[in-house]
Amino acid sequence: MLKWRTKHNSEYPLHLMLLPGVIFVLAFCYYPMSGILIAFENFIPTKGFFFSEFVGLEHFHYLFQLPNFTTVLRNTVWIACMKIVLGLVVPIVFALLLNEVRKAAFKRSVQTMVYLPHFLSWVILGGVLIDILSPSSGIVNGFLGSVGIKPVFFLGNEHWFPYVLVVSDIWKEFGFSTIVFLAAITSINPTLYEAAVMDGAGRIKQTLHVTLPGMMPIIVLMLTLSLGNVLNAGFDQVFNLYSPQVYSTGDIIDTLVYRIGLVDSQYSLATAVGLFKSVISLILITISYTLAYRLANYRIF
Amino acid sequence: MIYKNVYGRRVFDWANYVFLGGAALLCLLPLIHVLAVSFSSSSAATAGFVKLWPVGFTLASYEYALMKPQFIASFLVSLERVVLGAVINMTLTILIAYPLSKEGRQFRWRSLYAWFFVVTILFTGGLIPGFMVVKQLNLLDTVWALVLPGAVPVFNVILLLNFMRSQPKELYEAAFVDGAGHWSVLWRIAVPLAKPALATLLLFICVGHWNSWFDGLIYMNKPEHYPLQTYLQSVVINRDPSMMTTSEELKTLSQISDQTTKAAQIFLAALPILLLYPFLQKHFIQGITLGSVKE
Repeated sequence: MLKWRTKHNSEYPLHLMLLPGVIFVLAFCYYPMSGILIAFENFIPTKGFFFSEFVGLEHFHYLFQLPNFTTVLRNTVWIACMKIVLGLVVPIVFALLLNEVRKAAFKRSVQTMVYLPHFLSWVILGGVLIDILSPSSGIVNGFLGSVGIKPVFFLGNEHWFPYVLVVSDIWKEFGFSTIVFLAAITSINPTLYEAAVMDGAGRIKQTLHVTLPGMMPIIVLMLTLSLGNVLNAGFDQVFNLYSPQVYSTGDIIDTLVYRIGLVDSQYSLATAVGLFKSVISLILITISYTLAYRLANYRIF
Repeated sequence: MIYKNVYGRRVFDWANYVFLGGAALLCLLPLIHVLAVSFSSSSAATAGFVKLWPVGFTLASYEYALMKPQFIASFLVSLERVVLGAVINMTLTILIAYPLSKEGRQFRWRSLYAWFFVVTILFTGGLIPGFMVVKQLNLLDTVWALVLPGAVPVFNVILLLNFMRSQPKELYEAAFVDGAGHWSVLWRIAVPLAKPALATLLLFICVGHWNSWFDGLIYMNKPEHYPLQTYLQSVVINRDPSMMTTSEELKTLSQISDQTTKAAQIFLAALPILLLYPFLQKHFIQGITLGSVKE
């Protein structure tokens, strides 16, 4: 054993470096985890997590009887699944089309423009959407009116609302999601295209038989990882766009938790809803990481 | 891809340019429209005359927004949280990523610590317990409620530790041979080597803090403690007057329910991001593929 190994490679400094992080994570992640006890109690803030009256599964029984809850669960899964599927298909198609562009300057300007909405918050984009979708003075309804379609109250109509959510979410994120797929395309070995051309493949066949298979690992990876989002319908977006008129189709688990817990102060019931979501999410994320590891040899670190 | 120049190819190219250009414009037009509204007279905006160019050009909405004490106060809160948040997040990210980038042979507790942090991605206590903890720690209505709960950004830690592991180990070993300890290796080798990754993370952290609004909404009782995005949320999005408590707030609401002043405030809140965007663009492609090379 070399001398420096024993003298300078002691593990103590490493523990010391981790100490502040460990403290913060204990205080703001692990300690709140003990707060899931609230879901099994009649929680009173002054008595704390550990000394409120224990009531077992009462809140869960109540919860599963709420007609509201089934609707909210259905909305959440439906909105999230539409976002997952389109959030995968649109960027893939866009990346394939962008890859066909040979003018570098055009490609760069398109990229600059489509990446931008990703960096703006849903508060800002919510404000923008409320403005352009307004039934009275909005530019979208102005356009529809000029081709003879009656104004639609997109954000106040329970039929339209979920689709407005999906379309606007794709609008915000599709550009940014293209990046990974473009990176996958650039990493495809050019000799594969040469070989395909020698075999007489045209442009469509090159795309179908070289580009798409080359992107397959990353597509599979993104799909499996998105499995963990089946209960995440996008709190920030929904919260900034919804209103009581569209609760029947637009209310999701996270917004329900917020209203029950922080508006109505029914802390225990809200925690029960939140715990229900956390547990299912934990199962989904575990499955998705395992699948990603099996299928794409993906490890987070 | 290999191209043959044929007629069909040119038709496709044109269609493709039109489609991609259209999609790109679609991303910008709504924002340009709001910008145009913000510079227009309020009567033109309310009547729906404004498309993509200001009608009845005026700076009144900006004057109005910038004169409001609440706007300035919120701007300062946002600035404070970005600076504090960036310092805390960056320090902790570096301090956690370095030890975790060591191999098990060099740091036996590595896996245990790594799982300790990863568990927080997999499971959380949820909204209410998180809120109760901040309340119990007496952090409500302080800027610390906005920066401490997210002090350890685990995803950034993973990015940085993967980046550190992708660097040649010899650089570190040479330093150890020369007698350096872990602290000096961290500050004099690991951090300088990780500069491009750190720049990327810093930009992402600043954007994240600037854009956060929900924590401001739940942890701040007094509107003067709202960060800018939360303030914007309360005036632009919130159409429910019952959420406004004091008569003064109601008065403010009636004054600013005007389209053009809302547009001006939306644009002002987005401005820092737009100014930062050229730098962001340089870094985020790197950021997304950062640390994706694993051994």
